[in-house]
Amino acid sequence: MARALQFSLYKWLLGAEKTFVGLDNYRRLIFEDGDFHKSVLVTLYFTVLSVLPAIALALFVAVLLNGAGLRFRGIFRTIYFVPVVTSLVAVAFVWRALLEPSFGLVNTVLGWVGINGPGWLASPDWALPGIALMTIWRDMGFYMVIFLAGLQAIPREVTDAARIDGAGPWRSFWYVTLPLLNPSIVLAAVIGVINGLQLFTQTYVMTGSPQRLPGGPLGSTRSVVLYIVEQTFRPLEMGYGSAAAFLLFVLIMIVTLIQFRLIQRKFEY
Amino acid sequence: MQTGAKRSVDVAKYMLLLVGAVTMLTPLIWMVLASLKTLPEILAFPPTILPKHVNLDNYKAVFKTADFVRYFINSVIISAISVVSVLLTSSLAGYAFAKFRFPGRDVLFVVVLATLMIPFQVRVIPLYVLASDLNLLNTYGGMVLPSLVDAFGIFLMRQYMMSIPTQLIESARVDGAGELRIFFQIVLPLTRPALSALTIFTLVTSWESFLWPLLVASSPDMYTLPLGLAQFAGRFLTRTDLQMAAATMTVLPLLIVFLFMQRRFIEGMATTGLK
Repeated sequence: MARALQFSLYKWLLGAEKTFVGLDNYRRLIFEDGDFHKSVLVTLYFTVLSVLPAIALALFVAVLLNGAGLRFRGIFRTIYFVPVVTSLVAVAFVWRALLEPSFGLVNTVLGWVGINGPGWLASPDWALPGIALMTIWRDMGFYMVIFLAGLQAIPREVTDAARIDGAGPWRSFWYVTLPLLNPSIVLAAVIGVINGLQLFTQTYVMTGSPQRLPGGPLGSTRSVVLYIVEQTFRPLEMGYGSAAAFLLFVLIMIVTLIQFRLIQRKFEY
Repeated sequence: MQTGAKRSVDVAKYMLLLVGAVTMLTPLIWMVLASLKTLPEILAFPPTILPKHVNLDNYKAVFKTADFVRYFINSVIISAISVVSVLLTSSLAGYAFAKFRFPGRDVLFVVVLATLMIPFQVRVIPLYVLASDLNLLNTYGGMVLPSLVDAFGIFLMRQYMMSIPTQLIESARVDGAGELRIFFQIVLPLTRPALSALTIFTLVTSWESFLWPLLVASSPDMYTLPLGLAQFAGRFLTRTDLQMAAATMTVLPLLIVFLFMQRRFIEGMATTGLK
């Protein structure tokens, strides 16, 4: 870490002399580098697109699975969890094919219900949502397991008491279960956001080709990490990438702290 | 006792869960089926479900151009080294933090916790320079370098070992057991659940690791499964049939381990989800 910080102050091709440039790398990144700014926006947008729906869906499924007297609970849990243990690179290629605009399965299914599917990975507007869709599919089971563990820790008496007091299922979920589940939701959100901000593998695999570098079309899927790798390891220029990596770290810290502030309210019961 | 309304709510629940389950499995089933089809069949419109003739030609073609057995062995070697090393260093360091008093212990522990917060991407450039200085690029040593010690593992083991009664260790000491013997025969067996969670977590992370092998491994004989797949599929970008055969082979090993040890996997991931 200290070394990363130190590197970030130099202009330095690996194997050549280091030149001390002070904060110049940071100045260029923050004030001049439009590509870097765009990669920050792309990364934030991806994080929102992938984490929010995945957590909402996972919460929904976890509550369904936690219902009393449900049969086949174990089988459902396993099925929803399976994508988590699949190889990310492999399923990224699978989704690349599924999202193919003309023959891909996703647009075929959309066609059945009368929707003319977008160009997904070929379109600057839809490439990132496509990658987010794949990420939601893969991560949902992980959040679900966290929520199931949280739900099981809520004593039955509490929800029963709410019901006796006349709360319907919806009210008891909203006013009793959800607040009690708050720690699990914070945990899931923090993990999800940290992962989201480090987006790399999906976009590298799903948008690269021999003709063009990953991150396209038009840089619409170039995440911060992808940008760091591009800037650092193609010319082996260690300083500039280190500075960008350090800014990413600061971004992750800030977003995580904000999350703790926003979501972690204390509930008493 | 079930009323009609309750029953219809139940039916709706199962329908929802079933639709969700089908959605979750479809990409994986599609992958396996596509790996058995010919390219025109995959591209056919309207899409077909089952392959006309089941044949393994795609798999044979993959093996002819890329050495997936080698990638698999590399992945196994690298994951095994990481798991053994992380278990050993985490439990030793965790034990020291939990049960020994030494000057600077608390400061040191805070330093360990602080490194937990630093994403891999920030460490990757210094690590790369280190690997390059040590001449470890494109070697197994370089490949496992970042995953030998894990701050999260140290944290997990320390928390778990705090719950072991100190009297137990002291009475063993009084009985004349040496420090190593206490560690291996008394402390470690008591931390089995934490060790198993850490094993699964380390296995999955190192098996899945992509960015680091991508940077460090430059020759195909050092490729791991994910990297080998990415390079292979990148070369045959239009050959979805071959890609899916290679993808299936990459997904299978961990999936099989998961299906055999489901409960431990799910519990382990939920515990270590802290990371």
